[in-house]
Amino acid sequence: MSVPFYVSPDQLTRDRADFAKKGIARGRSVVVSQSADGILLVADNPSKALHKVSEIYDRIAFAAVGKYNEFENLRVSGIRFSDMRGYAYDRSDVSARSLANAYAQTMGVAFTDALKPLEVELVVAQLGERLAEDEIYRLTFDGSLADEHGYVAIGGQAEEINQAMGQTWKSSMNFSLALKTTVDALANQSGLEAADLDALRLEVAILDRNKKGRAFRRLSVEQIEDLLNKK
Amino acid sequence: MNNLSFSSSFFDYLNSQKFLPEISKFTNKEHLVHGTTIVAVGFTGGVIMAGDRRATMGNYVAQNDIEKVFPADDYSAVGIAGSAGIAIELVKLFQVELEHYEKIEGMPLSVEGKANRLSVLLRGNLGLALEGLAALPLFAAYDKNRDAGRVFSYDITGGRYEEHDYYAVGSGSLFARASLKKMFEPGDNKNFAIKIALESIYDAAEEDSATAGPDMARNIYPVVVKVDKNGFERIAEQELAVILNEILDGRKSRPDGPIARHK
Repeated sequence: MSVPFYVSPDQLTRDRADFAKKGIARGRSVVVSQSADGILLVADNPSKALHKVSEIYDRIAFAAVGKYNEFENLRVSGIRFSDMRGYAYDRSDVSARSLANAYAQTMGVAFTDALKPLEVELVVAQLGERLAEDEIYRLTFDGSLADEHGYVAIGGQAEEINQAMGQTWKSSMNFSLALKTTVDALANQSGLEAADLDALRLEVAILDRNKKGRAFRRLSVEQIEDLLNKK
Repeated sequence: MNNLSFSSSFFDYLNSQKFLPEISKFTNKEHLVHGTTIVAVGFTGGVIMAGDRRATMGNYVAQNDIEKVFPADDYSAVGIAGSAGIAIELVKLFQVELEHYEKIEGMPLSVEGKANRLSVLLRGNLGLALEGLAALPLFAAYDKNRDAGRVFSYDITGGRYEEHDYYAVGSGSLFARASLKKMFEPGDNKNFAIKIALESIYDAAEEDSATAGPDMARNIYPVVVKVDKNGFERIAEQELAVILNEILDGRKSRPDGPIARHK
């Protein structure tokens, strides 16, 4: 009978965290920010078919970076989770908080028990009636859950982008200003000019504060251009 | 490949979770609430659906302002006749089914796809339907590939039949259909479709005790919705009031309604 080598929990956790971080750092970033008009989700993503931001429920959106198959799986589970709750209880009983908790459980268990941790980072955002009532949760690969305010970047250059956003972001911004600010921050940290990060390379979606019912809307290339060119 | 799920269906997911409750056999069907006349009338580029507001329980009026016409999604409407509890649950499930697919796939189902899903949900109720707890929907959708409205009717086994021009379901449907048959003309516009839909419900209400006409004293009018390239829209009550007053005025001089047009 062979005896497995002893690996200290410290070492195991560090190895797993390094592994996950490496996977996530390879991906391009996504930024979620609040604004007077609603919540803005922006990804540096040239693909028009493989999305990084998505609708979950009436006022809840999802953004992710990392391994596509892994976050796609989480996205679908999130839609099932929310639709199931809305059907079993009521539409008003579906909340980002309970979804974020469910994600935290799944990711935490995967981090300690699975063959390898999930190489993903998520944001779950819920639109409130007013800006102060918005909820933004950030989930990391080990299942830790943080409550964010204003803006949050995930992915490769998250820290740098967060710093850049800190200099320029204001809560009074409308969608157009918030988008320009976000694109500047994304471009600078990726070593690009803002002009390089044009509408074709951006994936943009909004949770529109003025809309009743399903508030999520994915913007077309033309709509992104309009917002970027608005004076 | 065995665990590769082909389905983006909420209904399949619900079943896999063993969530759907079973209803045991009823013996006294007098206590069940029933719904009544739903009509759909096509016009150029879309379709109107309308439903009366009465729910009956045996020979009593259970409710005089029930709504039996609903949005199914942004570009379709569903109206229901039959046992109200089952019918309303069916609509709720159908709405989630369509939205669920749209969110997971990132695009809506085709019109045929939506109509087929409703068949499947309906077939799930076949056992109860055979015991007398039937709910029959009428489905109307805007088909952007054809720039036209489309109407589907169903039977209790989930059989799905595409209808043309106009259709009606429910206990007053024969009278409504006869009325529409004499008034419908292809190529008519939206306003005319609304008018003849309301006329047909009025006619059905005169012959069928389980269908109500407009209640002008309480301002309770049939629910009228429109589905066209601009999506689903419920026609405002003020607009309906104007049309209904014209209809009532017309019926004061000719109680049976307008004479069929002929050329």
